Amino acid sequence: MEVKMDLVSEDKINSMGSMEKLRFVLDGVKSGNIVVLEGGLTSEEQMKLIELTMTEVNEDFPGIEMNGYPTKRGFLNLRRKTRLTVIGPANTMHTIKKDNDLISAIISAI
Amino acid sequence: MKPKKRGKGILSRLLMAFFFRRKTPKIGIYGPPNAGKTTLANRIIHTFVDENEDIGAASGMPHETRRAVRRSGIMIDLKLKSVQSPDPNHGSDPEPKVKERKERAKRKLKLDVVDTPGLATKIDFHDFMAYGLEEEEAKRRAKEATEGVIEAIKWLDDIDGVVLLMDATEDPYTQTNVIIIGNMEARGTPIIIAANKVDLADAAPERIMNAFPQHPVIPISALKGENMEMLYEEMARRFR
Repeated sequence: MEVKMDLVSEDKINSMGSMEKLRFVLDGVKSGNIVVLEGGLTSEEQMKLIELTMTEVNEDFPGIEMNGYPTKRGFLNLRRKTRLTVIGPANTMHTIKKDNDLISAIISAI
Repeated sequence: MKPKKRGKGILSRLLMAFFFRRKTPKIGIYGPPNAGKTTLANRIIHTFVDENEDIGAASGMPHETRRAVRRSGIMIDLKLKSVQSPDPNHGSDPEPKVKERKERAKRKLKLDVVDTPGLATKIDFHDFMAYGLEEEEAKRRAKEATEGVIEAIKWLDDIDGVVLLMDATEDPYTQTNVIIIGNMEARGTPIIIAANKVDLADAAPERIMNAFPQHPVIPISALKGENMEMLYEEMARRFR
């Protein structure tokens, strides 16, 4: 069985509202896709995504696996710059290793 | 001749306390499932409130705590001997007494402790069946666990400080830990990381220190009571 990946540009992500962004990600993941966001989600958005995910967990959808590079400090340390975030169905994607600049994961079709 | 300094009278202190009283800080114990959050909350209550009082039941099964539980009015009192025994030579001078009182106040902290359900991005009822639960019971527990995660997240809005508990035997660099820390930093909420389970042979609290060098990391064993004084001192310092 094949696994579909959605690689989403930072421009597309930035054009969406906060809730729209989370809905877009979760709908993609619930369809079985791996969603990779250039630019990534902020910590607050990731927390909201967990909250939204929990309202939709059921027997067929156990939740999500999410990983991302940590944020970087932006200009004058005033702004946090988010980096890549990758989200997939928990029963498909399994993270093996993660550090500041590397995410290793196994994607296995159900 | 030195001018005599007057200490604050009872009336002015009462007025200050009435008009400028600070609310008791609510400290959330956060972390992934099975990190030992309830064991830590129980340890704090046993030490400072009542040996026989438990905030909740701890077990090896993940998501044992599925509702956030708050215990109000816990007085963390570090009781340093040097602070408790004033120097008799300073008896006539009011200045050291004021210092001593302030010093003693710094060693005390009244707070509310909130034991929260473990934060997770996935909850699979099959995981509970591996602990011997029947399918229906496992599904019910999984549903309650999802509600618990949401409750823990909602509580973040009302929390004044966080003790983030991590299992020192496991890789600390999980996305859940990163998200909690990122959220607290964005809100400006003080955070202490407690590297729990250091009594186990494969514990490596230095991994947590290396992963999150920007925050204080206290290696503890909530179960055995190791290094708890260090944690209480850090709490008294950070959550004031």
